[in-house]
Amino acid sequence: MNPPFAVLDPLLERAPQILRDLLTSHLPEPWRWFVNSLLAIIVILAVFGFLFAALTLAERKILGRVQNRPGPNRTGPFGLLQPIADGIKMLSKEDIVPRDADHLLHFLAPVTLLASSILAFAVIPYGRNLVPVDMDASVLYFFAVGATTELAVFMAGWSSHNKYSLLAAMRALAQLISYELPLLLSWLPIVMISGTLSTTGIVAAQSGWRWGWMPTWHIFTPWGFAGFMVFMVAALAESNRSPFDLPEAESELIAGHLTEYSGCKYVFFFMAEYFGMIALSGMAVTLFLGGWHAPLPSLEFIPSYVWFAAKLLTLLFGFIWIRATFPRLRIDQLTRFAWKFLVPLALINLGTAAFWSLSAGWSGPFHLARWAVAVALVVVPFVVMGRRLSGGVAPRTYSFAA
Amino acid sequence: MLGSGLIQGLAVTARNFVGSFHDPKRLTTLEYPEKKTVLPEAFRNFPFLVSENAEDPMGTLRCVACQICEKECPPQCIYIEKSKDKKPDATGKMQIYPAIFLIDSSVCMNCQICVEVCPFDAIKMDHEYEIATQDRFKALLLDREQLAKPNSYFHSIRPEEAAEVDGRLATERKAAEEKAKAAAQAKAAAQAKPAPQAVAKPQPAPGGNPPKTTNPA
Repeated sequence: MNPPFAVLDPLLERAPQILRDLLTSHLPEPWRWFVNSLLAIIVILAVFGFLFAALTLAERKILGRVQNRPGPNRTGPFGLLQPIADGIKMLSKEDIVPRDADHLLHFLAPVTLLASSILAFAVIPYGRNLVPVDMDASVLYFFAVGATTELAVFMAGWSSHNKYSLLAAMRALAQLISYELPLLLSWLPIVMISGTLSTTGIVAAQSGWRWGWMPTWHIFTPWGFAGFMVFMVAALAESNRSPFDLPEAESELIAGHLTEYSGCKYVFFFMAEYFGMIALSGMAVTLFLGGWHAPLPSLEFIPSYVWFAAKLLTLLFGFIWIRATFPRLRIDQLTRFAWKFLVPLALINLGTAAFWSLSAGWSGPFHLARWAVAVALVVVPFVVMGRRLSGGVAPRTYSFAA
Repeated sequence: MLGSGLIQGLAVTARNFVGSFHDPKRLTTLEYPEKKTVLPEAFRNFPFLVSENAEDPMGTLRCVACQICEKECPPQCIYIEKSKDKKPDATGKMQIYPAIFLIDSSVCMNCQICVEVCPFDAIKMDHEYEIATQDRFKALLLDREQLAKPNSYFHSIRPEEAAEVDGRLATERKAAEEKAKAAAQAKAAAQAKPAPQAVAKPQPAPGGNPPKTTNPA
């Protein structure tokens, strides 16, 4: 722990560390590290396990409200006990494994998926000094672990010995290859600008204020905004969320790779999907939205982890809102959108960030020119390529329907 | 521009989301077991038998066991047995009544034909729809005690139709009373000069064949 921080921070800000030290300070030195790590794991599992349960309920409630119905409200007050009822139902179901399935892979797929999605939580800074593992290349680690989840989806589809599952697995692979690239390209500018692959370093690079009030978060720069948009679209695809939920497309593939899973294993998949969504949102907050920094200097008295939670929940609401709005894409639309639109945009964005980095010393009227050029570099390709993307395709004309 | 449609779509869902908290038009769900919808008067679900008096439903059934509904019922779910004795019906006329009146509600298809053919306004369609039972057989075969509901209940579910039926029955009853009064007067007038008619009536010979009666119509 940094001594200057420890002196400056109010009591609430240091509350997690104080609680941890109360529990572990009396332990001998070699044990302390081990118990501290164990505590971090337990807290992450408990907090995000609870968030998962709350999120399933919140999602159903919000979807209901969007569709002009109240959503689940029968179990407990306002339906608050619904996640518990769902959990009991799922855990008491029979675990069915198809006779011709590859039993080992069929068992390993949900375990791998859940494990890799939990691993991703290790490097996100949840608050000031609140990062479970502070490593040098934590962003790289995060996306390497994130790519494993798609492999697990393919394992599930292949081992089920079911044509729908296999189709879902093929789609998952196509989606992985298509969207991994824009996802990685979207955060590369941040590494370029802040000069570090460490999440704590990236958050530290976003501290401070422009003109005394505007936070220097990456999203408030032209390249950062473009990168954030590309990142969120790719994150939707990576976490298999609507409108990119092609692998589990309920209406066409009868839940795809989940077809042959029931009971506890199904819960693992479900949990991993939400964990992946939470982890990607947490990474988006870290990379683009200033991590745990407060949005205004006057609001800095609120503890950092509260700000992180607020930003995370806002992004999660955005995920649910998008799910409530957009219909699912076709597989060809999905890949075309990634290769012909997101990848070029992300590449151009890399150039924009390079320009931003080179023009850092410009001042006076040149400062305005810097903003104008950077904004043009983001908007013009978007408009031009957007025209090309929808040219000849939309608006669609129908031969028989009016 | 690309994406403008997406923003429009997001705006629509956001309007619905926010609206569902303050605009009753956007949250139309009626939470059923606690609140029930107001049924339109013409709603129909299973027939019931109308009785005049809630205190004595079996004694004041409007049904006169004419068996028209039993014959007309398309799925044949009505079974009626006539009584041996008679009692005054809704218009004051002496009529037989149903000793047994059964409707098999597992067969009934709510077609309302029994209601339309009934000349006595004795069977009407109900508003009751929570009729699930645990027993597939006995509990679905409704007898006349279960089917009988007072006229006041009929008024409560279909005020317009019940008022119209009551009015018609009242005029019929009045007409019947007037007819009875006229008949009594005629009888009194006939009793004033009794002799010729009494002689004119043919007396059947004891032990002999009764004279053939012509069609009374």
